[in-house]
Amino acid sequence: MKHWWWKFLAVALLLIASIAGLWVPLSPALVHVSPSRIVPGEVVIDVTGYNTRFADGMRTYLVNDSQYVCPIRVDVIDATHARIVAEVPAGMRASMTDLIVQGMTYPGAFFTDSLGEGIESGACAPTPSKLDLTGLAFAFPNRSILYESIRNLFFHVPMWFTMIALMGISVWRSIKGLGSNSLDHDRAAVSAVHVGLVFCGLGLATGAVWARATWGAFWTNDVKLNGAAVTALIYLAYLVLRGSIPDAYKRARLSAIYNIFAFVLLVLFLFVVPRLNAIDSLHPGNGGNSGFNDLDLDNRLRVIFYPAVAGWVLLGVWMVDLRTRAARLTEQMDR
Amino acid sequence: MRTAEILSILRLEVALDLRQRAAWGGMLLYVISAIYVCFLAVKGGLGVATWNALFWIVLLFAAFNALARSFQREDQGRQLYLYTLVDPRSVVIARSLYNAGTMVLLSLLSLLFFLLFLGGDVLEQANIPQFLLAVVLGGIGFAAVLTLISAIAARAGNGLGLMAILGFPLVLPMLLAVMRASKLSLDGVAWSVTSTYFLGLILLDVITITLAWVLFPYLWRD
Repeated sequence: MKHWWWKFLAVALLLIASIAGLWVPLSPALVHVSPSRIVPGEVVIDVTGYNTRFADGMRTYLVNDSQYVCPIRVDVIDATHARIVAEVPAGMRASMTDLIVQGMTYPGAFFTDSLGEGIESGACAPTPSKLDLTGLAFAFPNRSILYESIRNLFFHVPMWFTMIALMGISVWRSIKGLGSNSLDHDRAAVSAVHVGLVFCGLGLATGAVWARATWGAFWTNDVKLNGAAVTALIYLAYLVLRGSIPDAYKRARLSAIYNIFAFVLLVLFLFVVPRLNAIDSLHPGNGGNSGFNDLDLDNRLRVIFYPAVAGWVLLGVWMVDLRTRAARLTEQMDR
Repeated sequence: MRTAEILSILRLEVALDLRQRAAWGGMLLYVISAIYVCFLAVKGGLGVATWNALFWIVLLFAAFNALARSFQREDQGRQLYLYTLVDPRSVVIARSLYNAGTMVLLSLLSLLFFLLFLGGDVLEQANIPQFLLAVVLGGIGFAAVLTLISAIAARAGNGLGLMAILGFPLVLPMLLAVMRASKLSLDGVAWSVTSTYFLGLILLDVITITLAWVLFPYLWRD
């Protein structure tokens, strides 16, 4: 029991993170507004929400440069659909008008024509305490483009964390193996690479699906994606190198040297080269896209994300441990 | 590792290469043929981006071809003899330096042939010293990575095939950085923009050669 506790911890963390990650609802948001352009006169606006609870009498208004346009009529069709009729005045100041329904903002909802010196602000202005979060206690952020796919954060990102951790373990065992004459370290190093490649494959698969959903293509020419491809190639080459050397001790030494050399260059490639051309990346955390620090990874995501990372890393270490022991037993039986 | 050792190994390499002139001739012919194929395939009128890409692809393959010989031209026994005479670290540093020299020479020659066959239009706006610096640093970088890889492939007893598999992913960081730097210098961008790339390249070169120096002593033993 003393040595097992972390395996129970891994399972518990993974279960919590996966179940909560899939179960927790997205916070309500406006996902679609039509038309996209308003001209002075009576305008009929169709609003579609997601996870919303539209109800009669909900507070609805248009905002243009902190001046408000109040609707004439709001018809609630169901909990996620509503039709708003408003009399749009001429002479608004800003070229984009936001729509606000039940405290949820759809920023830049309308291109606005007939700009001017400003209008008389409507009386439906909100009270300063604007937190009108429609009663959902714990929910994930509902971001346009990402929507439900934001849950992939708990699966895609931990794959890469785990892979880097396992490759780090592998290179650590390779360094120790070069200084000693036993094959133990070599067995652990190659097991870590095998398991790391599994996580690399899972990271690529989850990433490709996510990229298709958000960027429109399974694969793009992006520094992060190139880094992932190079990582896969390096460790597949490592396995090819091992396969081409029959002598166990020579294999251990040569592959350890390649492992160390490749890992250092890989770290440079993943963490230094992207800094050199940081401007042209779509991936969060690169090229002006917000990483998961400022907006996206708010505390509601962090609560699930960190247990997910810890759980997957521990699971990876456990898998390496099992593989190493199995390899040692196989060798003993062959002897 | 001593300077005298490195110098004498460098002399040995030069003497060997002068004796086997066919090897150098073969390398040159390889590069010229590749450039001629490019010329036939695109028939002039290349944009800067394509010119740059073709140039570095040709150089990359030339580097693999040229540097594969580095540790494969002598048999195991002779290598062992060499390592008993001098510190193995001197050997790897000397060979890295020699290969870097080879690559720089080869890069400049391919540049000459590129300009000859594919025209010099791309250099119109280029910042020539910057571009030459990119070519030199790129050549040194390829040599730095591929010297150790060539040694590993030779020890594994599997020639060019293994070297390509092992080397390609490792050369990629260097290749991407240098292609970027050379593209910017062909566009005539100021030093203040490109200096990051050149510093990055120098850093990559230095780290790679240091790694080779650290790891090589473990490689030659049986």
